[in-house]
Amino acid sequence: MAVDAAPDAPGGAHAHVARVFREESGKAVATLVRMLGDIDAAQEAVQDAFVRALEAWPRDGVPPNPAAWIITTARNRAIDVVRREATRESRYRGRAVIEGDDGTQADPASAVAEAIDQPVADDQLRLIFTCCHPALGMEARVALTLRLIAGLETRDIARAFLVPETTMAQRLTRAKRKIAAANIPYRVPSREELPARLDSALAVLYLVFNEGYAGTTDATRPDLAREAIRLTRTVHALLPEPETAGLLALMLLTEARRPARFDADGAVVLLADQDRTLWDGALIAEGQALMLDCVRRGRPGPYQVQAAIAAVHGDAARFEDTDWPQILALYDQLFALTPTAVVELNRAVALAEVRGPEAALALVDGLPLERYHLWHATRATLLDRLGRTADARAAFATAAELTENPAEREFLKGRAGH
Amino acid sequence: MTEYLFSVHHDYSKPLFDSDADVQKMFRDTAAFNERAQEAGIYVFAGGLEEPSTATTVHVREGETLTTDGPFAEARERIGGFWVLNLPDLDTALEWAAQASAACQGPVEVRPFQGE
Repeated sequence: MAVDAAPDAPGGAHAHVARVFREESGKAVATLVRMLGDIDAAQEAVQDAFVRALEAWPRDGVPPNPAAWIITTARNRAIDVVRREATRESRYRGRAVIEGDDGTQADPASAVAEAIDQPVADDQLRLIFTCCHPALGMEARVALTLRLIAGLETRDIARAFLVPETTMAQRLTRAKRKIAAANIPYRVPSREELPARLDSALAVLYLVFNEGYAGTTDATRPDLAREAIRLTRTVHALLPEPETAGLLALMLLTEARRPARFDADGAVVLLADQDRTLWDGALIAEGQALMLDCVRRGRPGPYQVQAAIAAVHGDAARFEDTDWPQILALYDQLFALTPTAVVELNRAVALAEVRGPEAALALVDGLPLERYHLWHATRATLLDRLGRTADARAAFATAAELTENPAEREFLKGRAGH
Repeated sequence: MTEYLFSVHHDYSKPLFDSDADVQKMFRDTAAFNERAQEAGIYVFAGGLEEPSTATTVHVREGETLTTDGPFAEARERIGGFWVLNLPDLDTALEWAAQASAACQGPVEVRPFQGE
């Protein structure tokens, strides 16, 4: 990006703050929640630190370690808050750090200062399991994770869920209120609890990765994809269940194609047209090794099957070499595990390669996905292959209207002939 | 520590128990649960309630007292009994709630009390 080339110019520093916010706010919030024992106070401290960065960085230049600057500034702000609230006997007095196990009170400011020196590796994991607690509704879990861990703005999350921003803001407030009032703990679940808690955490990580693969409003969000992979690695190291390995493999095998997914102008390149020599061989090898291990363990699940599909693509040196019957069989297996319309839509793409576009179009036309841009895009591709050019163009145009992802929209508009 | 209300919800539109033996088992299991909670030092208060038909509802509106025979609003599900327990966090509360639900043979709603 051009703005990043000159980080010392005011505009450059601004862009730098925005980028550091995206990359680091989740980690900073996670650490500050541990220090303060309160999510709202943690968010406030971290946001305040970024506001200060917007003042200080254009004036003094971007510090050598921007993330450390943010956490230190947020910590100092937190010490102020804890000190002030402690004298007020408020319920926000950082119970997590200023009350010892025996109920004794340490000096709040020094306790917060000490807390930052504790290992922070587990903080994000703690925050994930708190945000993904089964006592919270699924929508609330995903929203909290995207807001607190991935650092997405409330309006972007609202757009992703197709609800008004005020609705999403209320959902987040209600969820945080429940965490505080019902005293949902800020810790990694015990080994006995973990399997039951894992499913919803994986579902949330999968959604974060998808937002990173193709953003709601950005062409792609490599930072979110990277974060999702990093967090999934952490969960996998802690609990190497087959589905955790499957999800990690799926992410790695998908991420491997990133260098080939856009051309030099940032335009979308379809799987069929990608320069496969650009694929990241190391990521593919790691994903395939994880999959081999999964197959050996013989406990398949939806993430493992999706990873297996990605692995079959990864095996083909050229698009023409793709083993479509194998991919179709895997989609059959996936549909047996998760019988959803979106899985059927993806299965139709494989069906088109094995049995032709006519059979695939019949399947696609029966799916209730009129609001989903990829339903229209898939239909359009099939119509095009059947020589129904005008219908195909209309379907591409509808698909373009239904996505806010700029790269996808440009691509679809191009296919629509606009 | 947080105080939680564990309320037991019964469907009073049908008989609560199949047999007298079931009722006796419920009483035994619930008494045993209470004993465990007391030994763990988390017990604050608990009690079982008479039939909803024994309830009277009082509502003062604009200075006028309205007294109605029966529970507030029509519903099949009613509170049949409750516990007040003092526990470190929601995870611990949900573990105890699972034991409470098994003992009293009904769904248990866990709800935190407001802090002071």
